Amino acid sequence: MSVVLEQIFQVGFLAAIIRIATPLAFATLGEMFSERAGVLNLGIEGIMLLSAMTGFTATNLSGSLWLGVLAAVVTGALMGALHALFTVALGLSQHVCGIGVTLFSSGLAYFLYRLIFGQQSVPPSIKSFETLPIPVLSDIPVLGPAVFNQFSLVYMAILAVPLAAFVLYRTPWGLSVRMVGENPRAADSAGVGVIATRFQAVILGGALMGLAGAFLSMAQFNAFTFGLVSGRGWVAIALVVFGRWDPWRSAGAALLFAFVDALQLRMQASGLGHIPYEAFLMLPFIFTIVAMAVMSRNAVAPSALLKPFRREER
Amino acid sequence: MPRPAPLIEMRGISKSFGAVKANEAVDLSVAPGEILGLLGENGAGKTTLMNVLFGAYAPDAGEILVQGRPVTINSSADALAAGIGMVHQHFHLAPRLSVLENLLIGIPGKSGRIDRAGGLARLGEIGRQHGLTLDPDLPVSALSVGEQQRLEIVKALFRGARLLILDEPTAVLAPTEVDGLFSALRSMAAQGLGIIFISHKLNEVRALTHRCVVLRHGRVAGRVDAPASTTSSEMARLMCGHEIVPPARGPSTPGAAVLTLDDISTSRHSGMALRDVSLAVRAGEILGIAGVSGNGQRALAEVISGVRAPDAGRMTIAGKIVSRFSPREVQALGLGRIPEDRMTTGLVTNLPLADSMVLPRIGTDAFSRNGLLRPDAIRAFAEAQIKAYDIRCPGPMTRAGALSGGNLQKALLARELAFDPKVLIVSQPTRGLDIGAARFIHEKFLDMRAKGCGIIVLGEDLEELLMLCDRIAVMYEGRIVGTLASADATIARLGLMMTGAEGHG
Repeated sequence: MSVVLEQIFQVGFLAAIIRIATPLAFATLGEMFSERAGVLNLGIEGIMLLSAMTGFTATNLSGSLWLGVLAAVVTGALMGALHALFTVALGLSQHVCGIGVTLFSSGLAYFLYRLIFGQQSVPPSIKSFETLPIPVLSDIPVLGPAVFNQFSLVYMAILAVPLAAFVLYRTPWGLSVRMVGENPRAADSAGVGVIATRFQAVILGGALMGLAGAFLSMAQFNAFTFGLVSGRGWVAIALVVFGRWDPWRSAGAALLFAFVDALQLRMQASGLGHIPYEAFLMLPFIFTIVAMAVMSRNAVAPSALLKPFRREER
Repeated sequence: MPRPAPLIEMRGISKSFGAVKANEAVDLSVAPGEILGLLGENGAGKTTLMNVLFGAYAPDAGEILVQGRPVTINSSADALAAGIGMVHQHFHLAPRLSVLENLLIGIPGKSGRIDRAGGLARLGEIGRQHGLTLDPDLPVSALSVGEQQRLEIVKALFRGARLLILDEPTAVLAPTEVDGLFSALRSMAAQGLGIIFISHKLNEVRALTHRCVVLRHGRVAGRVDAPASTTSSEMARLMCGHEIVPPARGPSTPGAAVLTLDDISTSRHSGMALRDVSLAVRAGEILGIAGVSGNGQRALAEVISGVRAPDAGRMTIAGKIVSRFSPREVQALGLGRIPEDRMTTGLVTNLPLADSMVLPRIGTDAFSRNGLLRPDAIRAFAEAQIKAYDIRCPGPMTRAGALSGGNLQKALLARELAFDPKVLIVSQPTRGLDIGAARFIHEKFLDMRAKGCGIIVLGEDLEELLMLCDRIAVMYEGRIVGTLASADATIARLGLMMTGAEGHG
């Protein structure tokens, strides 16, 4: 057993946690902004897939990675705007529209991918992101190679967490977001545009989901496949609850999930061969269910989550 | 003395919702330093008129002038910019955000950040000026209702309101809190602010306001220039269009006890626990339970209506011991109940009124047979009660939540009284109701008393309790600290007992 443990807990293991957590952190922060404003975005799974596709394609066609990232972010923002159009402007059911957005985005991703690349014997590829060691910091033992020798998108995710907390808690816009998610009528009577604020939050959330998609196809897997997202969007929705709608806690939740995921990957590869690998694959999801069951007892969702706002309704 | 130029003037305001004319050609003005009372029964158009002024509704006709200049107010942002602030009946606060955050919402920050220091300074300044102090970092959910109202007032002043509209501000306050509110309002008026005070409590309007406008059916029914020297009955006549005579409680000869509680105690589950509560209500008697809210009234009502089982003690209804404490059991023994909160525990607001009216007895033969509902019977029952109690609504299939408070209370009363309860328990029976509706409810209670029903009324309104009840028990910190025959009781004496200062066996 100690051999197994030794194999598992290496510097590479820490680095793997950070890498697995990155797309989850982007997606979770995105979903959090949306839900804090009172809009559940079940379109997240599809938005991530479509953004992964547009980012990958833009890079494949242009040769520029950052153009690809931009394409993914714009895609995410546009799909966020679509979801906001249905749920905020028209006040339709957030559940139904979110699932619709996921189905539409996934279908569109497959369709466009086939349209652009056709059926090729060798799948299209890009020159993906490479690790970018940060001078000095990457020389710190253990932590250096794990945290500071990563893709630039990883650093963006690490910076995104305090930035999200600052925006949410310290800026007037962040206060407006929290207020429209708690009591839109109060925001309205204080002269805050409820519809506009919700649109902005859902679009920002979509853009962050786009970044998550871009990371998957352009840094983590270097390819676009139809099973690329494989439930990470749904997991992010659970992690928002687990993180109690707070940026720091949500990022912590993403790290915890990534830890379990990295652990099961190592366990698969570590000679516990008599156990079917599917059993290990289940681990992070079992963890999610248990964590949700325990944590959601005390979790209090934004009061106006799922509730459309119409001014003349009394 | 010439009156100063008006701070705000509304001319010829009309507003209709479909066929209903909520406001028709209403003129109204407020001068700086003036407290204007806006009186009217529920549905007279007071709230609509103020929503027009605050930009929630666009008027169909008429104009609004702020300091002599015509303005268009299309949103609350416009209203705030024009110096108009409103304290709604249902507060517009986010309970989980802090006091300061609720104040700073919509206020531009300083170099991209929330201006915490500036907010604190302004909050302190307003607090000193008008005696409205609040802890800036407490979440709103930790504030009492009175403090939340204070926050709403501060919020309006914070935004530079010159005119403050308060929509029935005293409906949610305990008697002691009302005095604090009034002194703050007087201080604001003394500093040149204009105030519109909406109410249907005549004594309050007479005590506070300088001038009154009375609305009836959306029109101005009268103006009172000196409310302090005008009698309540005169104002009531303007409001209702006819004389209002308070119901007289004749003598009664109470019979046997229909409800008894012996040494009932509960654990501290939510709110104040009960400690050794004993009381008895006899047939043909109205027993009042007075007390500042939060002294165990909720637990008492829950035990009596079978929602919560006590930890110790014994309760009987019509001579039979209550054993299981379920709502169904106490109801079967003859208890009727009108809960404190009409909208949450009283009715299902999204269902048709008819469904809510039969809900407690949905499983009885009257409304279902062989496990299936009898829609015709339900509908017929609701229609009969709507007629008998003059419940104003388009019909039994109307969504219950669309009814006004008075009509909802009538519906709840009808639903219980139709089954001739032996005991009736009601909490705050006329909270938020206008004179006409309150009068109707009071008369029904006295009718039931004459028929031999025992009634328990839990309430804070001492005038109401003194008028209705044969005996009044006072609750303090989960105990009954004394019981007085209402002939011996005065507001001052009850008030003293409510603070725990005096006990009487």
